[in-house]
Amino acid sequence: MSTDWGWLLLACAMAFATKLVGYLLPARWMAGPRMARVTGLVTIGLLASLVVVNAFADGARLALDARAGALLAAIAALLLRVPFLGVVVIGAASAALLRLAGLG
Amino acid sequence: MRAWRALTPAGRTGLSIAVATGLYGISFGALSVAAGLGFWQTMALSALMFTGGSQFAYIGVVTGGGSGASAFAAASLLGVRNAVYGMQINRMLRPRRWTRLLAAQVTIDESTATAAAQDTPDEQRRGFWAAGLGVFVFWNLFTALGALLGDVVGDPRQWGLDGAAVAAFVALLWPRLRGREPVAVAVACAMATALALPWLPPGMPILVAAAVAAAWGLWPPRRRTAT
Repeated sequence: MSTDWGWLLLACAMAFATKLVGYLLPARWMAGPRMARVTGLVTIGLLASLVVVNAFADGARLALDARAGALLAAIAALLLRVPFLGVVVIGAASAALLRLAGLG
Repeated sequence: MRAWRALTPAGRTGLSIAVATGLYGISFGALSVAAGLGFWQTMALSALMFTGGSQFAYIGVVTGGGSGASAFAAASLLGVRNAVYGMQINRMLRPRRWTRLLAAQVTIDESTATAAAQDTPDEQRRGFWAAGLGVFVFWNLFTALGALLGDVVGDPRQWGLDGAAVAAFVALLWPRLRGREPVAVAVACAMATALALPWLPPGMPILVAAAVAAAWGLWPPRRRTAT
């Protein structure tokens, strides 16, 4: 039993249209020092939000599991000036090891 | 290794993210087939929809016995943040004609975050395309693998791939936290996300955080004498 191709393709079309909308707004709306400041802060806000979602979201619940350990390990690595790829590997390894140890 | 060294920092960041995120495609492929979607339907979602959160939402609704219409609604709602990303990338890269269509398709969390974390326009462009096209290739490759192999590879969380995603995002945020205001905004947005999470559909808390940051930026600066 498979799902309806019609709805599936419509959802794909909608996803692309949504992405494209941002590109069709005039770029000059986003120009100027005030908007530069806003977009800079929005970037920080989005990244902070993505960190929280990826570290603590379990569906619509907040959960404390191995990912929180990965977050702490990544922050420690950043404090020690480990390069980007190293931080990513450390994050993966700490989450995997914590799970292996039966935590989260 | 020589090719790796030839890349700029943004290119390396983009490709690291592409591999880490792309591997997660295994779990999408496996879950999608388990949810009852066919192989080609699974591939259509990864190639055409290509925005992880919406894809997982779509198959999640189908798994829960939901209709095609509600799966469509959930996936579409989750994708709204991509419009915000599109505005940001459009401002940074100013893509033209067909490049714009291609850029739109690979406008996702990872490519936007990689681009936004760079300081120069050239690096922003390289970071965006390295992460965007890189994730696209790996995500589709591993979706196919997951759909074909199913349970054999097991849960990607066992390999800590969700921890890799957390680390990647915090590593992108880290260099931007210079000064008191960026840290304050990051903390406020992190808290807004955590508070919104239990009450809103997945994907929406990120928009709440974006709204908080935008409102903060639009607020008149408190120390006008500084300028």
